Amino acid sequence: MADTVATPKAHGHGEHHDVDYLHDGSLLSWMTTVDHKKLGVMYLWSVLFMFFLGGVFALLIRMELFSSDPSKAMMDAQTYNKVFTLHGAIMVFLFIIPSIPAALGNFVLPIMLGAKDVAFPRLNLASFWVYVTGALIAVTAMVTGGVDTGWTFYTPYSTTTDGSVALMTFAAFVLGFSSILTGVNFIATVHKLRAPGMGWFKMPLFVWGMYATAIIQVLATPVLAITLLLLIMERTFGVGVFDPKLGGDPVLFQHFFWFYSHPAVYIMILPGMAIISEVIPTMSQKTFFGYKATAFSSVAIAIVSFVVWGHHMFTSGQSQLAGAIFSFLTFLVGIPSAIKVFNWITTMYKGSISLEAPMLYALMFLILFGIGGLTGLFLGAMSVDIHLHDTYFVVAHFHYVMMGSTAIAFLAGLHYWWPKMFGRMYNESAARIAAVLVFIGFNTTFLPQFLLGSRGMPRRYYNYLPEFTFLHQVSTVGSWILALGFIIMAGYLFASLRKKFDAPANPWHGRSLEWQIASPPITHNFHEVPVVTAEPYDYYRPFEPSVKGHH
Amino acid sequence: MSSESHVAGHGAEPSFRQHHFINAEQQFDTSKLGMWLFLATEILMFGGLFVGYGLMQSVYPEAWVAGHHHLDRIMGAVNTVFLLCSSFTMVMAVHAASQSEKAKTVRYLLGTLVFAAGFLVIKYFEYSHKFHDGLLPGTHFSYHGGGPPQQAMFFGFYFAMTGLHGFHVVVGMALITWIMLRAMRGEFSSAYYTPVDLVGLYWHLVDLIWIYLFPLLYLVS
Amino acid sequence: MSEHVHSSSARIYVVVLLALLFLTIVTVGAAYVNFGSSSINLIIAVLIATVKATLVALFFMHLRHDPPVNAIIFVTSLIFLGLFLLFPLIDIGSRDKVVPYGLRMQAQPAAAKAAPAAAPAPSH
Repeated sequence: MADTVATPKAHGHGEHHDVDYLHDGSLLSWMTTVDHKKLGVMYLWSVLFMFFLGGVFALLIRMELFSSDPSKAMMDAQTYNKVFTLHGAIMVFLFIIPSIPAALGNFVLPIMLGAKDVAFPRLNLASFWVYVTGALIAVTAMVTGGVDTGWTFYTPYSTTTDGSVALMTFAAFVLGFSSILTGVNFIATVHKLRAPGMGWFKMPLFVWGMYATAIIQVLATPVLAITLLLLIMERTFGVGVFDPKLGGDPVLFQHFFWFYSHPAVYIMILPGMAIISEVIPTMSQKTFFGYKATAFSSVAIAIVSFVVWGHHMFTSGQSQLAGAIFSFLTFLVGIPSAIKVFNWITTMYKGSISLEAPMLYALMFLILFGIGGLTGLFLGAMSVDIHLHDTYFVVAHFHYVMMGSTAIAFLAGLHYWWPKMFGRMYNESAARIAAVLVFIGFNTTFLPQFLLGSRGMPRRYYNYLPEFTFLHQVSTVGSWILALGFIIMAGYLFASLRKKFDAPANPWHGRSLEWQIASPPITHNFHEVPVVTAEPYDYYRPFEPSVKGHH
Repeated sequence: MSSESHVAGHGAEPSFRQHHFINAEQQFDTSKLGMWLFLATEILMFGGLFVGYGLMQSVYPEAWVAGHHHLDRIMGAVNTVFLLCSSFTMVMAVHAASQSEKAKTVRYLLGTLVFAAGFLVIKYFEYSHKFHDGLLPGTHFSYHGGGPPQQAMFFGFYFAMTGLHGFHVVVGMALITWIMLRAMRGEFSSAYYTPVDLVGLYWHLVDLIWIYLFPLLYLVS
Repeated sequence: MSEHVHSSSARIYVVVLLALLFLTIVTVGAAYVNFGSSSINLIIAVLIATVKATLVALFFMHLRHDPPVNAIIFVTSLIFLGLFLLFPLIDIGSRDKVVPYGLRMQAQPAAAKAAPAAAPAPSH
């Protein structure tokens, strides 16, 4: 490897470039690094910690709901409100939104484009520390009073309740900035830092998904900032924009909130789809079916996501006309999503599929996203939603999309790129056992919630009628199976880190650029700028490396 | 960090080029693209306030008319002229920097700062007048001259919009001071004046937002 | 050559500034004229502001000479802002005006019944 760099270095530490990035620099230099790989890894540990924290709150919620008997209650109702709010706020703002773009995307996207770094490395560093600051503010809000509004902060409750609502919304405001910085960086990187020969339609589909995500991050997140600013003003000055007592309109808050938060749902799912678009062709060793259709469908989802937000508000007092328009537009989302699903399935057709852990998660994604996406269409129909709004049916639907699709895709990506990021292989058998447990646990937890919801169990309730007991208990047992799967996963992933580097450069026989460099990569990714001539996913012909010094 | 010498074929590279760009032009274009993306976020953020303002105006048109009668059109117009002139001096500063004219760059930046300060002085007088009359947002509204109660909401928007804009003016002044100091040190030339250009873009956006704030707040009748 | 480019673009900037100042006078003047309806005044004011904003974007912000992607970003942000305004406007403009056929029959008597009960409260 080292012999490929022949240029003499004037400044004395030329051999520095050949050190793998993990061993390049002290702890202090990691804290101030502008290397996209190190920032990706730091983001990864942060979001994994947040996933753990949010998961603990989820287990507490399920434990409390194990019994409808008040004498066996673990916590009082007020505490329960705070616990589910923290579960939602942590999982959404601190785990799912940054998980794939900021952790995996940061690591992989520049390499896939043949770049040495993202366009604005210092902004990338700023983004990480802004994220940490936001997380610390959120933790402060949790310990100083907590928040009991749900993650949606609806007015007028959020402007009247006690607790640290202002601080928590400020944390979301700060986290929004972190998300914007990532988005700006990715768009500029994709536009300007593609390697020679890397045309728009030679980019891996992961990059297209990240690009579509970044569009939403840049255009929607600022509105969240101003919404939360108005909410804080409302609490401190009593301006009355959202307060009917003063002539304001509480439904307007929902418009403002969902103008960001509905597109934000696609900030969550598009990166998941992007990962699946990488894992499936590689693990099937087959050319991607419908490359351009899939690329454009990512952008189409991003654009359509901005005109469907009213489907969260069918029962809010929004006008019937607006509801009907939003309901109609919502069905449009189904078209690009279905294009993707059909293309993934067709890509696998007659491929030589290997069922290793990343592929297991990708297949899980197809099933769970199918359920989550189709129930989304039920809920997008205004007449059905009036019945199902704010029931466990909605809870089950968005968990199938956020957890069953996005988080599962994140796990697919984590297992897929783990050898590249850390240079070690994890124990494959343990990974398969964990994957099966996660799949069983997830469905045991959330399938009963569809039944609960369709029978009228409202979401966010502290207690329930005795006839719901059985389904709630099945759901709680499912959460334990899920937790067991994650414990095993943590075990084999940490165990792999204690080993010496043993991962080959290309364990899955992929074709994109990140598989053509060493595992783990050197500090500057490439010894020389690669020149791309091959089509993406050209599994139909023998492999020709575009990176010099490939072995 | 390492220097840029490991890219073949670029022996005498300028010191400002960062290692992950192939050449200075790519770096310049990328920086500008990034700045425009940032401006897009600013437009959407201010846009949220404009949307709220417009919607509430459609609900309470009388309160909006009554509220705007408390605003001084002449002061608003003078401030508009100040910001337009500051935009002009800013673009002249960018132009001078691109021609490597150090003295002119500094002079025009100083002019921009003077106009911006003038804007803030007038804003100060407007604000203190409102404070004095009790024309404050929301529950702090204590004006006794009568009129629709939703004027309190109008002034909520007035202070939110002009306050956020004023904050951007202050940030802009800090940025202009910073690039002025760098220009005095002779850091900019026709080969590299990206920071002047980017701060210029930001400053024009601040002007652009005021171009809409002025008629919507001061001239609606 | 460079001196020529220099003076000509500086001249353009001066012309643009003068146009902007002129439009400011026009828009203030127009505010004192009653065009019959306040919405016409508003439309005129916003139109003039848009002309001014276009001048600033094209000349001062160099969009005229920039790579088109910068202008695309700028215009895209405005389009999405338009969407953000459009839908809540549809909502607020059509509340209680567009009621489904089946609900319309029930809504009228219910409203009539509710009115006396609500009488002690301050009228809206």
